[in-house]
Formats: sequence, C-alpha cells, structure tokens
Amino acid sequence: MSIEVKGLNKKFGDFVALDDVNVTIPTGQLTALLGPSGGGKSTLLRIIAGLEKADTGSVTIEGNEATHLPAQKRNVGFVFQHYAVFKHMTVAKNVAFGLEIRKRPKDEIEHRVQELLKLVHLSQFSHRLPSQLSGGQRQRMALARALAVEPSVLLLDEPFGALDAKVRKELRDWLRRLHDDVHVTTVFVTHDQEEALEVADEIVVINEGRVEQVGTPDQLYDEPANDFVMSFLGEVTHLGGVSLRPHDIELETSPMLAGAVEGTVSRLVRIGFEVRLHVLTVDGDEVSVVVTRAHARSLQLQEGSTVWLTPAAGATVVPRMATAV
Amino acid sequence: MADTLVHADAAPAPVEERRRPPRVRKTPTTYVLRLVAAAYLFFLVAWPVSLVVTNTFDDGFSSIQALFEDPDMVVALQLSAYVAVWSVVINTLFGVGISLLLVRKEFPGKRVLNALLDIPLSVSPIVVGLALVLVYGGRNGWFGPFLLDLGFQVIFSTPGIIMATTFVALPLMIREIVPVLEEIGIEQEQAAESLGANGLQRFWRITLPSIKWGIVYGVVLTLARSLGEFGAVKVVSGNVLGQTRTATLAVEEKYLNFDQQGAYATAFLLAMVSVACIVVVAIIRPKNHA
Amino acid sequence: MIWFSALVLIPLMAVVVTAIDGGWDVFWSTVTNGQTAAAIKLTVFTALGVTVVNVFMGTLIAWVLVRDRFWGKSVLEVMIDIPFALPTIVAGLVLLSLYGNDSPVGIDIANQRPAVFLAFLFVTLPFVVRMVQPVLEELDRDVEEAAASLGASRFTTFRRIVLPSLAPAITAGAALSFARGVSEYGSLVLLSGNLPFKTEVTSVRILSSIENDNVPAAAAVATVLLVISLAVIVLLNVIQRRVAARG
Repeated sequence: MSIEVKGLNKKFGDFVALDDVNVTIPTGQLTALLGPSGGGKSTLLRIIAGLEKADTGSVTIEGNEATHLPAQKRNVGFVFQHYAVFKHMTVAKNVAFGLEIRKRPKDEIEHRVQELLKLVHLSQFSHRLPSQLSGGQRQRMALARALAVEPSVLLLDEPFGALDAKVRKELRDWLRRLHDDVHVTTVFVTHDQEEALEVADEIVVINEGRVEQVGTPDQLYDEPANDFVMSFLGEVTHLGGVSLRPHDIELETSPMLAGAVEGTVSRLVRIGFEVRLHVLTVDGDEVSVVVTRAHARSLQLQEGSTVWLTPAAGATVVPRMATAV
Repeated sequence: MADTLVHADAAPAPVEERRRPPRVRKTPTTYVLRLVAAAYLFFLVAWPVSLVVTNTFDDGFSSIQALFEDPDMVVALQLSAYVAVWSVVINTLFGVGISLLLVRKEFPGKRVLNALLDIPLSVSPIVVGLALVLVYGGRNGWFGPFLLDLGFQVIFSTPGIIMATTFVALPLMIREIVPVLEEIGIEQEQAAESLGANGLQRFWRITLPSIKWGIVYGVVLTLARSLGEFGAVKVVSGNVLGQTRTATLAVEEKYLNFDQQGAYATAFLLAMVSVACIVVVAIIRPKNHA
Repeated sequence: MIWFSALVLIPLMAVVVTAIDGGWDVFWSTVTNGQTAAAIKLTVFTALGVTVVNVFMGTLIAWVLVRDRFWGKSVLEVMIDIPFALPTIVAGLVLLSLYGNDSPVGIDIANQRPAVFLAFLFVTLPFVVRMVQPVLEELDRDVEEAAASLGASRFTTFRRIVLPSLAPAITAGAALSFARGVSEYGSLVLLSGNLPFKTEVTSVRILSSIENDNVPAAAAVATVLLVISLAVIVLLNVIQRRVAARG
C-alpha cells in the first residue's frame, strides 16, 4: 500500500477540516479525492505532502513513517492549482530545479529535462519564461517539474481548476494517458465529479472532513453508500421514500405497474436529445424525470398530462435522507 | 489527442491581458486641469530646481572644481557616501529579515510592529536625533557611558550618524519588499520544498530572485534618503569640520557663511544624486510590472 | 527585533521618559511656554493649511497623471518624486533661489511666514499624489460609464462615484502630508530664518533647546510631535483596515 493515512484530525481555529480520516491509497493507481469545496480534500492532500501539519494521526508513504518528516524529505511530487511556477526561471530551469537540489551531474539533468519536456509536449519552449506560456502549458510544465525528481507519489491539488473548460478536458485525457505510461502512484483533488469518474481508478469521496465512501467509479455510481455520494455524483430526484436518478424513472400515461405514483406534468423542457419533466405527484412531491425525445413524443406528453411513475428495473436507489429537500 | 495538443502549442503564447488604453475625452476641462497641474509643478518644483543648476554654473565649472579642491569638503562628501553605504547595507539586511517576518510569520504584536515601522517616516528628524542622543549620548545617555567605557563613542561620531541615517531610512526597504512578498505568495516556496529544497536553498533560489526588484528599489530609495538626511544628523554629529560634517551639513554651513556658490555647488551635487536615483527608479519600474 | 528596539523603540521611549521625568506640571509649562506654544501653533496650523492645499492639488495632479495623456507627462511624474528624494536642506536652498532675496521674479518671502507654508508645500507634494494615483488607476471605468449612462454629468459622476472610492487614499495621503509637515526641519533652516514667534517651527524649537542643553524641554516638545505622528499612524492603520474590509 503506497499511502496510508490513519486517524487524521485537523482544525483551523474552530473549523474542523478533517475529522478522523482513515484512507489507504493503493500503489500505481490514479486516485481522486472528490468532494465539495471546503470539504477538507485539499487539506488531506497537503498533509500527505507535508505542506500542512495534522493535529493528530499518522501518514505513511511507501511503508515509511512520514508524519513528522518535512516536505522536502518526503520525495513527493506536488502540483498546485495555480501552477506555482518559478517565475524567474526558464521552463527548463523550472523542471531541472529538483534535480539541481539533489546535486545530480549536469549532463544527467540536461538529459532528463529534455526527456520530460518531450513527455509534456513542451520541448520547443524550454528557453521561454513561464509568463510566456498559457495556463495549460504552465500546468504541464509544473507536472514535468514534479515528475523530474522521480517521486514515490504524485499529488495534484485541483490541477485543472484554473483552466478553461476545453483545455481542462484535454489535459484530463492527457493525464490519464500519462499515468498509463509512467505508472507513478497519483492522487488528485477535484470537485468535478465528471473529472473524477472519467480519469480515476479509484475515488475517495470526502465531505465535511469525513470520508463518505471509497470505491471505483462504477461502484460509487451504482452502489452509492448514501444520499450525499449519490447526489454528488450526478443528478438525483426523490420518488416516494427513495432517492434515484431522473433517468431511472419509468414513466407511463396509464397505471400499468403496481405501486406506480400518479402525478401531473408541471413543466416540460426539451434539451437536445432528452426531455426534462417536472412531475407533481399526488403525494405532494416534485419529481424530476428525464426521458428520451422519442419516448416523450410517443406518449404525446405535454404540460398538464397525467402520468404514472415507477423506479426502473435495475435502478440505483438509496433510502432518502431525512434532511433531503 | 497528442496532435491537438501540439496544435494548441503552436498557437501564439498568450500574453498577460493588457490594460485597455485609457479613453481620453478632450474637453476644455481636460486642458484646464492639465495646465493647472503643470503650472503648479513648474512653480513649486521645476523652476526652483533649475535655478540651483544655473546658479551653480554661473561661472562655469569653477565652483564644482573648488568644491573638490577643498579638503574639508572632500571629507564631507566621503563621509556622506560612507554613511549612506552603511545605512543601505544595514537596512537591506534587516529590511529583508523583518519583511519576511512580517509576511510569513504569525506572532503576537505583529500589527503593532507593523505600525511602529512607519514611525521613522512621520517623526521629525530632530526628534530622531534627540532620541538617539538620549540613549547613546556619551555623557548621560542610557547606554552611552557604558559604550564609551568600551571605547565606543556613538554620538558626535560616525556610528551615531550611521544610526540616525539608518533610522530615518528604515521603512523604505521594508515598504518596498512587503508588497512583493505578499504578491508572490508562498506557493513557489512550497513547490520548491516539495521538490526537496531546504530553507536556505528556498531563500536563495526562489525568494531572493523574486524580490530582487523590490530590493533594488529599496536600495535606491534608501540611498537617496540616506545621502540627504540633515536634521537627525545635525543633532547627533556635532558637525565637526573635517570629521563629522556631512555634505548636507556643509550646505547649510556654506550658505550661512555667505559662500553661496559653494552651497549651490554642493546642493547641486546632492540633487544630482537624488534625481539620478529617482530616474533610475522611474526607468526600472515598468520592467518590474511587465 | 532587538535591532529594531535598540535603534527605534528604546530611543523613542527615552524621549518620552525624559519628557515626563519632571512630572506633568513641568511638561505642561514647557509645552505652553510662550515661544514654544507659538512654534507648535504655527507648525500645526501651517501643516493643516498645506494639507488642505495638498488634498485639492494632489488629487488634481493624480487625476491629470492618470487620465490625461500628453507630451511631457513623464517629466511631471519625475517632478513629483523630486521633493521626496531631494535632501531637505537642498530643498530649502532650491526654494530660496526662486523665492528668496535674489529672486528672479522679485518675490521675496524669505524669513516670513509664507516661507514656512511654501517649504511644507514642497516637501509634502508627493504624498497625496502617490496615494491617490494607484487607486485611480485601478478604478473601474465601466462604473463611471454606467453612471454617465444613467444621466449623471461628469461632475456628478466625479463627486458621487469617483470621489468616494478615492476618499481613503486621499485621507491617507493627507495624514502623511500633515505628519511630514509637522515634523519638517531641514528645508526651513535656510528659508524661514527661524524667527521666534514668527517663523520658528516646532522642530527648530527642539533643536535650540538641545543646543542650550535644556534636554528635558526638548524632550517635552518632541513628545508632542511623537504623539502627533503616532496618531497619524493609527489613523492610517484604521484606514487600511477599512479598505481591506471593503475588499
């Protein structure tokens, strides 16, 4: 096991950032720490890196006790949301920094820097200053810089958070490929569930300083441990006493199935290939339902239509939280 | 995928978004304001300063030449330069230290310290001089007699002049460095830390290069202020001809002794240095913001 | 910290301690002594007057430097800094050359009260300008245009939109300029003649007390100046915190 975190607690003043967090992150995998902003995931990452100190608890990296080790001795690569480029150094110098600190021979450094710049597609920019690069390029440079020291783990704190949507998507795919090539244990923090579902081998969902669930993207999506995980990973609506996804609701214009709930279509919006409905049930619930355009047309749905709703067979369903709205 | 990436790279590297060029609407008010500002500065600054230059060169370079032939004057100029260099060195070292302390560390009394650092800017130089005399005065200062027993005379001697000058120029360096430190933040240092750099390496390789320009400004401003300090130095120096008389004190002395040419020449030299200092700042400042 | 204490804090404490050594009565009678009181009054009132001029002219100059574009603007920029960089004694000499007894324009105010005013004006020139300038540069022009589109005249826009955003900077600049004026010494030495009851300012009064070996009196007056500068610093801090709170 590459990283083991045990009994971690961290407070900032009165604010509880981490509340007894226990996580094990497997070697060679790409793991996402997923959760809403302010939920403590960045704090956890920074504690693993040694940039923040936990109040209590321990961190083990590659079997080495690291709790009291300063960041400079942990041999982790860290990538910051806002790149943290060394502004006064060229791209090549930035990447070479960690190796120079380690006093490697000059020709080895040069060779390794060239290799890494090639890996991140920045070879032709090696003599530029970071200010002459775009955000995406800067972040790739920061990644090369972190990889240069051959870290035992690579930690990325919202690495694509400051980039625009298109570049974000590109880099996300690219990170996945890079990880498949390099195979270094990687942990990245994100609040974007799509990013986590798409890139990660394993996802740790963190909310309000606690780990809500750990699992593969499929496990999380199909078997959410609770309402929070379910709602964080995608749209959720409530039908009867359960939470489920809007597209997992079977909709009929006559009461064909037992237990179907009757309701009236109160709003109908067509977005591309799907049709989103708001249904006001006789129980007083407002339920979101998504059906395909063809399905809606075949049922001749319009605002005011009376419909019957049932959870679809094989739908992911969790009991509804008391506080859910 | 790789193709699109390379393609994206080929696009021209985006430059930081430029400030929109100011839209200037020229109305009569614009010209009136411009005229008022220019006239005010002309009568208050430009004309008087230019008169010093013309007065100095009333009879060619002779007055400047005379200055350098007067051994006492040469000593005064040397003393001024010597004191200014010391003040710059001390203020640079402690300025960087205190700035790091103020920006990077939390400690009780930080706000008070921060406020107190501005005192030298707003307190009268005469008060500064008096304060130093009271503590370090040879005869009845708080520490003076003790230091004198150790063979160390502060007041009426060069160390006192250096102290007074350092005191008045103290905030300049700190006020230049603190904003720069605040702006660069600690992420670069943390990145360096995660790459294995220890404290000293982080300071030399990351922090110092980042605040380089702040320090350069600080040095220039401190230098100008130190060369020009008059009031505080007057109190602590004793103004002994050829020993503790600085160039600024010489200006007064010469003027009061009806050696107007000498006074103007010395003033011209000092003004040259300070104008050179601000021109240097004016030239390098835009670079820093680019 | 030790260095800062040795250089700044302990000496300043020494001033206060010496001042109150003789008790409150002695302190009070020293400060209210005719000549001293006259000097303090002259200094404070002149500094106040100069500050008013600076608030007006400083804002105007900052406005011109930021919003206008014309040939020679960079020269004006440099001129603003000259009073700050110029040794004060040289500043006195500089003013004397135009407004002294061999003035080429025939204005001789040397050894008169206007000379004090003029000297203060010169040395305090940069403060308001340099405080207001960056704020004015940061100011979002869209807001002004929005005001104009809502029917506000240029003057109304300035008064209702621009001025309130500049107010903290103007106040800060005014405070600094007042403090600097009150504590000014060097530029007055040659210019004002230091005539008791007429053109003698507080700093000069302190110096003459020192020269007469009347250190307690010097310390007492110095304490008054010290209190003024501390008040200014506190004011500046309050302004800073207000601005920070406003975001």
